[in-house]
Amino acid sequence: MSLQATTWQTVGPYFRIGLEYLNTTELAPAGTPGEPVTVVGKVLDGNGKPISDALIEIWQADASGEYGGIVSNPADGAATAFSGFGRIPTDDDGRFSFSTIKPGPVAGPAGTMQSPHLAIRLMMRGLLRGLTTRMYFPSEAVDSDPILELVPATRRATLMATVTPGSPSTLQWNIEMQGERETVFFDC
Amino acid sequence: MNQNPDHDELDEDSANRVTPEARPSQVASYRRHYPGTQPEYLHPLYVSSIERAPRQPLIKLPHTLTEVTGPAFAPTLVNPKTADLTRQNGREAIGERITVSGRVLDENGKPVCNTLVEVWQANACGRYMHKRDQHDAPLDPNFTGQGRVMTDSLGAYKFLTIKPGAYPWRNHYNAWRPAHIHFSLLGPAFVTRLVTQMYFPGDPLLPFDPIFNCTADDKARNRLISQFDWETVIPEHALAYKFDIILRGRDQTPFEVQG
Repeated sequence: MSLQATTWQTVGPYFRIGLEYLNTTELAPAGTPGEPVTVVGKVLDGNGKPISDALIEIWQADASGEYGGIVSNPADGAATAFSGFGRIPTDDDGRFSFSTIKPGPVAGPAGTMQSPHLAIRLMMRGLLRGLTTRMYFPSEAVDSDPILELVPATRRATLMATVTPGSPSTLQWNIEMQGERETVFFDC
Repeated sequence: MNQNPDHDELDEDSANRVTPEARPSQVASYRRHYPGTQPEYLHPLYVSSIERAPRQPLIKLPHTLTEVTGPAFAPTLVNPKTADLTRQNGREAIGERITVSGRVLDENGKPVCNTLVEVWQANACGRYMHKRDQHDAPLDPNFTGQGRVMTDSLGAYKFLTIKPGAYPWRNHYNAWRPAHIHFSLLGPAFVTRLVTQMYFPGDPLLPFDPIFNCTADDKARNRLISQFDWETVIPEHALAYKFDIILRGRDQTPFEVQG
């Protein structure tokens, strides 16, 4: 049987009504093995204006590079384990912030290894389909990453988080929709 | 308790746990979209896309473990009451009651079981319960417009709601959105994510809506229109619409596995 995937439509401006349930700014419950990090950033439109109605979803491996957690009912509280999934809307100033643990490296194509990264899906009013991007971690050997190798060298920096001076566990990473520093988005 | 049997097995059988290094270097990719069946990012008739759509070409990403995996859902994730949007604290929402049901399948026709379906919508008057919706139509205190349901072992889902109203927006002069319900599904993998909107048959606003019309392929676009469904009408209580959803499926071409 061969069917065609249903067509995407925008999340529109009111997605918080339906997509609030799984929102979390803390992806890794206390005790999750791994190096804790906080990621802060902004989502900016083509005029450099903050986008206050964007939604970011994260998918990541655990510290040993394993995928495949389970999303629990937020009301289950203590029973909640690290799932690798996160959903965070931007605030009125276009900012987002979340804490997690740094993932381990995971297998890439043809025997390669991928540097630690977060898979990011971005949705907002004005985007008719979700966009895919990635966030890589500073001070990692990313030169041999098989996915970054597909990205023109001049644009790779848009996928790299930077360390906040004086707060090494806080990473900064902005998403720019257009312009000179337009974030690299992937067709996947 | 919150883990499905597959995961329990994995956890207990840690001796067989596959390390990243030993994993197959080739994963079974998902099919790429058929040309024209998905919207382009830049669609100037939808004015918000002009400042928000990326302008650089997208870079084709091979499907790695990152893209072909996704979270599973705890059996307790969803309270079954959230499939009924028609009442709050025992009080009934105003409007025409409808059921919306269908199946979630992948492109190979396989049911997508135990996956989360999230929906949101305007009330019968065309007003969202959202601080930024300033449309001059009444809010209904007994209708939040938020629902959640898990698909069953056949990929089927069903919820009971109120038929949403059309509403004006400021995209262009005298712009009105046709009645619609927003759907969000994650499916089994990062690449199976889908957010869409379900429309109603015979809506006179459809030909004028730039969001509905953003997809070039007529058949793909028209599959967003639900079908009136006598079979599932609840006598004396609610009319019924059917809306099947197709998530991306694995590519059928053979792939190499090593290790």
